[in-house]
Amino acid sequence: MFKGGVKLLDFKSLSKDEKIEEFKYPEKVIIPLSQHTGIPAKPVVKKGDYVIEGQVIGEIGGFISSYIHSSISGKVIDILPWNLPTNRKSLSIVIESDGEKKSIEKKQREWLKLESNEIINIVREAGIVGLGGAAFPTHVKLTIPEGKKVDFLLINGCECEPFLTCDYRVLKEFTDEVIEGIQIIAKAVNVKDVFIGIESNKIDLLPVLRNSLKNLKIFLNIEIKVLPEKYPQGSEKHLIKSILNREVPSGRLPIDVGCVVFNIQTTLAIKRAVCDGIPLTERVLTCSGLVGKPKNLKVKIGTLISEILNYCEGEVKYGRKIVTGGPMMGIQIANPDVPVLKGTTGILLLPEEKLPEDIQPCIRCGKCIEICPMFLMPSEIGRYVEHGRYDKCEYLNVFDCIECGCCAYICPAKRPLVDFIKCAKLKLRKK
Amino acid sequence: MKENLCKIYCSPHLHSSETTTKIMFYVILSLIPAILGSVYFFGFYVLNVIFVSVISCVLSELLFQILMKRRKVLFDGSSIVTGILLALVLPPRIPLWIAGIGGFLAIFLVKELFGGIGFNIFNPALTARAILLASFPVEMTKFINVFDYSVDAVTSPTPLFIMKENINQSLPSLWNMFIGARAGCIGETSTILLLIGAIFLLSKKVITWHIPISYILTVAILSLIFKEKVFYQIMGGGLILGAFFMATDYVTSPITKKGKIIFGIGCGVITFLIRKAGGYPEGVCYSILFMNMFVPVINRYTIPKKFGSKK
Repeated sequence: MFKGGVKLLDFKSLSKDEKIEEFKYPEKVIIPLSQHTGIPAKPVVKKGDYVIEGQVIGEIGGFISSYIHSSISGKVIDILPWNLPTNRKSLSIVIESDGEKKSIEKKQREWLKLESNEIINIVREAGIVGLGGAAFPTHVKLTIPEGKKVDFLLINGCECEPFLTCDYRVLKEFTDEVIEGIQIIAKAVNVKDVFIGIESNKIDLLPVLRNSLKNLKIFLNIEIKVLPEKYPQGSEKHLIKSILNREVPSGRLPIDVGCVVFNIQTTLAIKRAVCDGIPLTERVLTCSGLVGKPKNLKVKIGTLISEILNYCEGEVKYGRKIVTGGPMMGIQIANPDVPVLKGTTGILLLPEEKLPEDIQPCIRCGKCIEICPMFLMPSEIGRYVEHGRYDKCEYLNVFDCIECGCCAYICPAKRPLVDFIKCAKLKLRKK
Repeated sequence: MKENLCKIYCSPHLHSSETTTKIMFYVILSLIPAILGSVYFFGFYVLNVIFVSVISCVLSELLFQILMKRRKVLFDGSSIVTGILLALVLPPRIPLWIAGIGGFLAIFLVKELFGGIGFNIFNPALTARAILLASFPVEMTKFINVFDYSVDAVTSPTPLFIMKENINQSLPSLWNMFIGARAGCIGETSTILLLIGAIFLLSKKVITWHIPISYILTVAILSLIFKEKVFYQIMGGGLILGAFFMATDYVTSPITKKGKIIFGIGCGVITFLIRKAGGYPEGVCYSILFMNMFVPVINRYTIPKKFGSKK
């Protein structure tokens, strides 16, 4: 169990029992070349080219980068900068469907016969990135640096953000495939001990998982850990702390304490890429909040968020905000005409909160310090940012902040603490 | 161009229902038992004192904001809390005009001149009391018998005064000390009623146990060591009121748990020093003000170790 964090109302019942539904084949997709952490992909198609589903349209731009595939079949009608849900712009490939739904040939493989480096190469070519939101290229994570040893593989099924239920549904409906995926990852990183971490609000997954583990041929020690419901349980570092009581040193990676952590949907994507030859062209996301019909949808990458909101009867009107991702760390978008990315975990329509117009003074209650899961002093960092003392923010370890939002959630004065921290990081990086 | 439907906010997009005003409201609620008790022990006059003090605080805050030409008048209820707390540490028959001056001093001088809520160094109510004690020593030390509701009630020494000066008068029974039937300031006498409020605040997580417990324990342990009457030391004077309601003031106490414990111990030691070796029978007010000055230093040396800093 980790110290700090907050208990949140989870709002998951809105979409928890909605089966994953396939969203209609889009007429047009906008596929950005920079959907992942790292270097953007290089376009390899031209305006006017004909592409089919699963065809590479963006080539990997470096080691920390990813391939981009077309998610539909049709014609490239434009290549231009487009707004992303992260409020940045990226060069994007616009493809118009021809309605034929053609896709590349799917190559079946036996994963048991593959070597570790072959698996990693397949994952790389399938354009798989972390689907929990951060979108870090998965092949990089699977490539264990020399001299490091992986003791444990952790599968992150916490989904600690309120509203989101897509990972829960995937784990429930594709249990066998996820477990196959776990075995493939374990082979790629050469590890025998696996933990699957789920929060206690998903306790009904326990029999499902156990049943699946009984019926499949398992080569590993897989243990399921039910963790208390506490935000941010799904943060990599806090998951490791909760399950193994190991603390990832500041500024280091999970591999430094012998762990690798993978998200549920990433695991599924790896299984499909390796066994079925399907590159990453779609993902499951949750559309919830003030929408008429909350749903878990399987969506082609590049589908416009406005179309999904329409389908779920989410009326965008005054006093409502659109958030991509979860409510705690998600990003509010100004315009719903942005595409779904590989890392888009959810689309939420939330009410605009009544927050004070001016920034209120800090009353120094210390609640943010008490609950900060990284043991920082958000209130003090905020005060220094207000006075432009960014050097002091660095001294107070602002770069260790994971931006989970607990501090701003709990603050009685409703101070925009995450805003302050992001601002400090930006200013310090520019220096 | 589509019109912006909503302002763009940074994450998180959920916030707890806690607000500054709500916290102040909880503090006011928690003081109601002690206020009702004081009316029972000292008569309806104390309500006048509380009323004048609160009105003076609220008007001073308003006056300051008008003088400073603040765009928007900020009202979060903190001045009401200061007003009540100030009244509770005044003697029961204090002339009303002194209470009025006290409210002005607390808000205008101690709080607003330092930058308003969140920026004052000293506890406003206690500083105002300290200034009043220095300015009006006679009126500020005139304590009366309980249940004497007349305006010119018979004066009576406080238990701590009796112990300190060894005067020939019997101490109230421990039971009377506990329920509050003893001479003292308006709101400080009843341990039980103050504890009810304190438990309410603790349950609402408005305050944490760190300051009050370390403060009271320090006084208790020192009393044991120096062979003082432990329960009279704890329940006499303003220790319960000070430890739970004054020392825990957010702005003027350290921000980390470790710092809060250091602060509490410091307050305890100084309170005991003043009571035992100083010129006054009571030291809660000065000890808290004294420790207020150490808050920035304590904060500086109690920065928590960040996650992953072991090894």
